[in-house]
Amino acid sequence: MATTLEVNDLHTSFRTDDGVVKAVSGVSFHLAAGETLGVVGESGSGKSVTFLTVMGLLDPRSAQVSGSVKLDDHELLGASQSSLRKIRGQRLGMIFQDPMTSLNPVKRIGWQLEEAVLIHQDVTRKEARKRAVDILKEVEIPRADQRIDDYPHQFSGGMRQRVMIAMALINNPEILIADEPTTALDVTTQAQILRLMKRLQDEHGMAIVMITHDLGVVAEMADDVIVMYGGRVVEQASVEDLFAKPEMPYTWGLLGSLPRLNAAGGRLDQIPGQPPSLLRPPSGCPFHPRCQFVMDVCRRDLPELELSTVGDDHRFRCHLDEGSRARIWSEKKAALAEGAAA
Amino acid sequence: MTHFLIRRLFWAIFLFLVATIVTYLIFWVIPADPAKLAAGRGATMQDVARVRHFLHLDEPIWEQYGRFVWNLVRHGSLGRSFVNREPVRYTIGQDAPVTASLVFGGAVFWLSLSIPVGILSALRPRSILDRISMGFVLVGISAHPVWIGLILSYVFGYRLHLTPIANYCNFFSGTPGAQCEGPVQWAYHLILPWCTFMILNAALYVRLVRANVMETMSEDYVRTARAKGASQRRVMIQHVLRNSMLPVVTILGMDLGLALGGAIFTEDIFNLPGLGHEVVNAYNNDDLPLITGIVVFSTICVITFNLLVDMAYGFLDPRIRTD
Repeated sequence: MATTLEVNDLHTSFRTDDGVVKAVSGVSFHLAAGETLGVVGESGSGKSVTFLTVMGLLDPRSAQVSGSVKLDDHELLGASQSSLRKIRGQRLGMIFQDPMTSLNPVKRIGWQLEEAVLIHQDVTRKEARKRAVDILKEVEIPRADQRIDDYPHQFSGGMRQRVMIAMALINNPEILIADEPTTALDVTTQAQILRLMKRLQDEHGMAIVMITHDLGVVAEMADDVIVMYGGRVVEQASVEDLFAKPEMPYTWGLLGSLPRLNAAGGRLDQIPGQPPSLLRPPSGCPFHPRCQFVMDVCRRDLPELELSTVGDDHRFRCHLDEGSRARIWSEKKAALAEGAAA
Repeated sequence: MTHFLIRRLFWAIFLFLVATIVTYLIFWVIPADPAKLAAGRGATMQDVARVRHFLHLDEPIWEQYGRFVWNLVRHGSLGRSFVNREPVRYTIGQDAPVTASLVFGGAVFWLSLSIPVGILSALRPRSILDRISMGFVLVGISAHPVWIGLILSYVFGYRLHLTPIANYCNFFSGTPGAQCEGPVQWAYHLILPWCTFMILNAALYVRLVRANVMETMSEDYVRTARAKGASQRRVMIQHVLRNSMLPVVTILGMDLGLALGGAIFTEDIFNLPGLGHEVVNAYNNDDLPLITGIVVFSTICVITFNLLVDMAYGFLDPRIRTD
């Protein structure tokens, strides 16, 4: 059965002492079984909060949520805690950015893996332990049958992230949500973890949501991409289309700031300014204060998610007309290519 | 572990020397003449001089200190009281169980109140329970033990006749001349002192537990546990509690060690013949051996409890376990 995660017009806001923070404003996307969705954006763009909302992991006392999150036509928003608990860890697995703090320091690795099994399945602890050893082998932990009795502090960061992945996958979920899984790791370990996730996806056939600020990771892993800015989706496309013809200035900026191995030693492009305040968001287009092509209309009106002429269901938010966008992107592409060639 | 224990032992000896030297120095500085007190009211100058010589008070202070250390190391003796010539060890042996009854019973009282209340307040911050307990905390922290003790004694003992007003009964029977004895009378007489202790300390501990539980609940690994589908109950019991109790254990160890040296005010109000009571009398009588003895005993208590805390830590937190 093909699972799909369908999110429609999702809004998440937090009540704080300073006022209401709109972390997510009207986000929609969908994820088909076995696919990989890349979610890109800066810190504070709402990408993590979106998926914490999907998982139902936000504190209901401070977070207000509206919209719809459907897993196979089953509405998750407003579902009871007990039915959500059955889905978490069983059909939706999640791993987090910092493997150093994501495991309980006073419990053995094995215990924590077994717990994930025992919460959802009616098996003996012995059976759960056998599964824990198996999954540790699958994520390439050497001497898994011995290391299972270690505590988290006896593992390195990369190894702990492997354990986190093992724990998220131990019940064979249909979707794995990975919230910046490689950000806290060094570069060689990052590559290993990404390769591991790809292999596991081939074997288990789960869909992956890859939350990252690194377009390089997206290029390597994703089928589809959504770019988030200021709590909104500002561009969505298949990964080929996005790299072939990005349609709005923020995505251009992200692509320009990507390091290229064969580039000359010049400085990387950067997007000037800071991400917008979600407490007092800018009027109109959220990106307008940092946009070098800003027009009057951008300060006034939020651009709709328009359909691009390039690709299938490629959408973007921008007031620039077709001609200007094509011209600016071809100039930009030429500049990037020149940098690479020099 | 052996290495750790040896290092601890050296610290203990050092701490013991510092504590006793300071006691002797203070005694030397204050204008006191214990010989006069010990010799009695009608004593002549010659009598006082003889008593002074007999108590070695005519020697320089460092010789007195040397004699004290020698007796302790060689004979395990803390000397005899200047006032009633009883061995100090015997007096401490009499008083320590009283103080221990008060402190440990009190600890059971204040922990069994503050741990559940602290956890519930942390689970529902700003709820009615949380506000009430925070108000109670404010009273407990601001009030003086004497005031709390007197109020309790007046209301429950004097007005309502629910409890004794004061005094202590031995846990074990068989003391000659005892007015009351046995576990029931013992507990009955200690209820108000325990409650005094509870109000004083529970306040601080509710805050401590609440803060630590709240902090632990925001840890990444608690989010991981929820992402696994763990219920609130499971998250609290398996992931939050043990981690949040670590700082509580530290403070508890220090408080217990310190309180065993004498809960002066509480013992005074309820007329409990414990160490706190004894040390006040000893000060009034310039009874140097008794004061020093109690100082030594408190030091040992503090050191022992710090050691216990370290061992409990090793048990609670695998990161601290060496080899």
